[in-house]
Amino acid sequence: MENKVKVCVENLNVHYGEKQALFDVCMDINQNEITALIGPSGCGKSTFLRCLNRMNDVIDICKVEGSIKIDGQNIYDKDIQVEKLRERVGMVFQKPNPFPKSIFENVAYGPRIHGLAKDKTELEEIVHTSLKKAAIFDEVKDRLDETGTSLSGGQQQRLCIARAISVNPDVILMDEPCSALDPIATAKIEALMEDLKKEYTIIIVTHSMQQAARVSKKTGFFHLGNLIEVNDTETIFSTPANDKTLDYVTGRFG
Amino acid sequence: MGLITFFLLVLFAITSFYLGYFRSNRVRVIEKQRPFSLDKYYGYYLAIWSVVPAVIILFAILIFDGFIVKNYVLSEFYSQGIDQSEISLLFTQIENTRNGIKLFNSEDEIIVNAVNKLNYIEGIFEITSIITVFSVSSLFLLYGYRKINLNFDARLIVEKFILIGFFLCSLIAILVTVGIIFSLLYETVRFFSQVPILDFLFGTNWSPQRAFVRDAADAADIENAFGAVPLFSGTFLIAFIAMCVSIPVGLLTAIYMSEYAKSSVRNTAKPIIEILAGIPTVVYGFFAVITIAPFIRSLGGSIGLDVSSESALAAGLVMGIMIIPFVSSLSDDVISSVPQSLREGSYAMGATKSETIKKVIIPAALPGIIGSFLLAVSRAIGETMIVVMAAGLVANLTANPLEASTTITTQIVVILIGDQEFDSPKTMSAFALGLTLFVMTLILNFIALRVVKKYTEKYE
Ligand SMILES: Nc1ncnc2c1ncn2[C@@H]1O[C@H](COP(=O)(O)OP(=O)(O)OP(=O)(O)O)[C@@H](O)[C@H]1O
Ligand SMILES: [Mg+2]
Repeated sequence: MENKVKVCVENLNVHYGEKQALFDVCMDINQNEITALIGPSGCGKSTFLRCLNRMNDVIDICKVEGSIKIDGQNIYDKDIQVEKLRERVGMVFQKPNPFPKSIFENVAYGPRIHGLAKDKTELEEIVHTSLKKAAIFDEVKDRLDETGTSLSGGQQQRLCIARAISVNPDVILMDEPCSALDPIATAKIEALMEDLKKEYTIIIVTHSMQQAARVSKKTGFFHLGNLIEVNDTETIFSTPANDKTLDYVTGRFG
Repeated sequence: MGLITFFLLVLFAITSFYLGYFRSNRVRVIEKQRPFSLDKYYGYYLAIWSVVPAVIILFAILIFDGFIVKNYVLSEFYSQGIDQSEISLLFTQIENTRNGIKLFNSEDEIIVNAVNKLNYIEGIFEITSIITVFSVSSLFLLYGYRKINLNFDARLIVEKFILIGFFLCSLIAILVTVGIIFSLLYETVRFFSQVPILDFLFGTNWSPQRAFVRDAADAADIENAFGAVPLFSGTFLIAFIAMCVSIPVGLLTAIYMSEYAKSSVRNTAKPIIEILAGIPTVVYGFFAVITIAPFIRSLGGSIGLDVSSESALAAGLVMGIMIIPFVSSLSDDVISSVPQSLREGSYAMGATKSETIKKVIIPAALPGIIGSFLLAVSRAIGETMIVVMAAGLVANLTANPLEASTTITTQIVVILIGDQEFDSPKTMSAFALGLTLFVMTLILNFIALRVVKKYTEKYE
C-alpha cells in the first residue's frame, strides 16, 4: 500500500550568495511515513530540510528557487503566511537550542503563541503530553521550573522535540535529533517517531545508517548538493541504483 | 636620579632576559634534552628577578628619603630648640634657595650651610641608592640564574607572577574607591558635628549661603539652612525625566538596529547615534537653554500653563537625549549577542519577529539591558552641566517639572566655586552631598544587581 504524497519538491535550487548548495532537487515525501536523508557532511541535507519550513528566509544571502508543495499548496507562494506554515511544519535542530526559560515555558511557548490552550489546566495538559511523547517527562517532572539550559545535551534535545510536537504539526523535520543521545534515549526517540508517524509525516536527517535502516520507509541520498537517489530504504541499503550510494551505505566513502 | 635609574633598570632587565634565554639554550645543548619551559620563559623569569626587587626597593627609598634628608639637614635646628612650625618654614626656605629662588635671607650663614648640607646628603643618597638597588638586583639575578636547570619550570613561575600583577591592578581600583570614601567620610563627619544629620537628610530648606556667620545667634539658622530634601527630589525628578526619554527611545533603537535594520543601515546609523555621547555636555546645555526651554515655554503657554524659563523638564529632556546612546549602544550589543539559534528556535515554532523579540530575545538579553539602564541612571544622576544651565540653581521643593529645580551635583559645584573657607559648614556640606550621592548610587546598583539576578535567563 502506498501512502499519499504529502510534500512534493520540484526543481529546488538553493544558493548561499554565490555558492550553490542544492542542485535541482526533486523529491516526493509520503504522508505518515518516516523519510530519512543521508549523505556526507556538507552535502546540503540541513539546507534541504530548512527549505521545507522556510527557515532559510531568515538567512539574507540564501536564495531559494523551485517549488515545494505541501498538500498541493506551494509554500513559497506570496499568500502563504510563513508563521502558519511553521506551525504546521515543526523542526528539531541539529544543535539543541532550548530557550533560556523554564522547562515548562519551553514547551508552553508554541501553544501560548498560537492560543492552543483555553486555560491553565489545558496548557499543563499539553505540556505534559508533549514531554511524555518526547520520552523526557519522567526525568523532569519534578523540576519543570528549572531552566531548560540546565539539562544535559541529550535531555535538551528531547526537550526541543517536546517543544516541536507541542503545537501538533503535520510534518516534523528532524535534523540529526539523536546525534547527542545515548543508545537508550535514541531508542526512545525512535520509538517516539514510530509512534508519531501515525499522525505526522516525519523527515529525519541522520548520519547513522543503522538508524536510517531501522526507522525509515524511504531514504534519500544527497551528495554535493545533488539528490543522487531516493527509494525504499531496503533498496537503498541492499541494491541501490547508483554506485555512489552503494559506496556510501557500505562505508567505502563518506 | 629618576631617568638614569630607569634606563639602567631597563637595560638590566633586557640583559637578564637574554642571560636566561641563552642559559636555557645552553642547558638544552649540553643535556641534549628539552627544558620544561620555552627559552623565553627563562628569560622572563630572570628579568622579573632582576627588576621587581629593584623597583620595590626604589619605592621604599622614594618614600623614606625625603624624611631622612629633612631630618639630617634640620638636626642641628632641633637641638637648638626652635619650634616645629618655624622649622618647617625654614626647610621650605632652604629648598627654595637651593632651587635658585632668591629670598630675603638667602645670604644667611645658616641657610647657606644648610643648603650645602642638603646638596651633600642628596648626592650621597643618589649614589648609595643606585648602588644598593643594583647590587641587590644582581644578587637576586644570581639566585635566579643558578636555579635554572633542566627540571626547573620557569613558565609556572612567570604565570604566578602575572597572576600577582593582575591581582595588584584590581587592588588599585578597590583601594582608590576606599580612599575616596574615606576622604569624603572625614569631611562629612566634621560637617555632621555642626549640622545634625537628621536635619540634613530630612530638612526641606536648602540655603547654605545663609550659614556664613557662625555666632550663637545664627546657630538656629545653620540648622535650617542645610535641608537636602529639595536637592534629592530635584535629582530624582530630573533623572526620572531623563530616563523616561532615554529608556524607551534607546531600547527601541537598539532593537531596531540589531533585529530589523539592514547591515548597511546599521553601519552608518550606529556611529551617528554614538556621536551623541561624544558631544560636550556644555553644548547640550546650550541646546536646552536656547532651543528646548523656549519651546516648552511657548508650548506650555499655548495651553495655559505657566512655565518658568528654567525648568526641570527642559534639563531632563535634553539629558535624556544625551543618554540615549548609552542605552542603545549597550543594549544593541547584548541583543546582538543572543545566539541566532534561539531566534531560529522561536521562528520554527511559528512565532513572528516581534513575538520572538518580546518573548525570547529581550528576556535572554535582560541582564545586559538592565546594565545599560543602570549606566544611564548613574550618568543622569551625576550629570551637572546641563542642570546648571537649564534647570537653575534654586533649591526648590517641588514635583512640578515645569518649575526650576536643582540637583545634588549642581549644588556641589555652586558651593565649591570661588574662594572657600575650608572649615565652614557650607564647604563641608559639599562633601556630605558627595557622600550621599555615592551611597545613593551604591544602593541603586545593589538593587539592580538583585533584580538582574532574579530575572536572569542564562543561555549558553
Ligand atoms: N548560513 C550559510 N551561509 C553560507 N553557506 C552555508 C550556510 N549554511 C550552509 N551553507 C553551505 O551549504 C552547504 C550545505 O550545508 P548543510 O548545512 O546543508 O550541510 P549538511 O548536509 O547538513 O551537513 P552536516 O551533515 O555536516 O550537517 C555547505 O557547503 C555549507 O557550507
Ligand atoms: Mg546539517
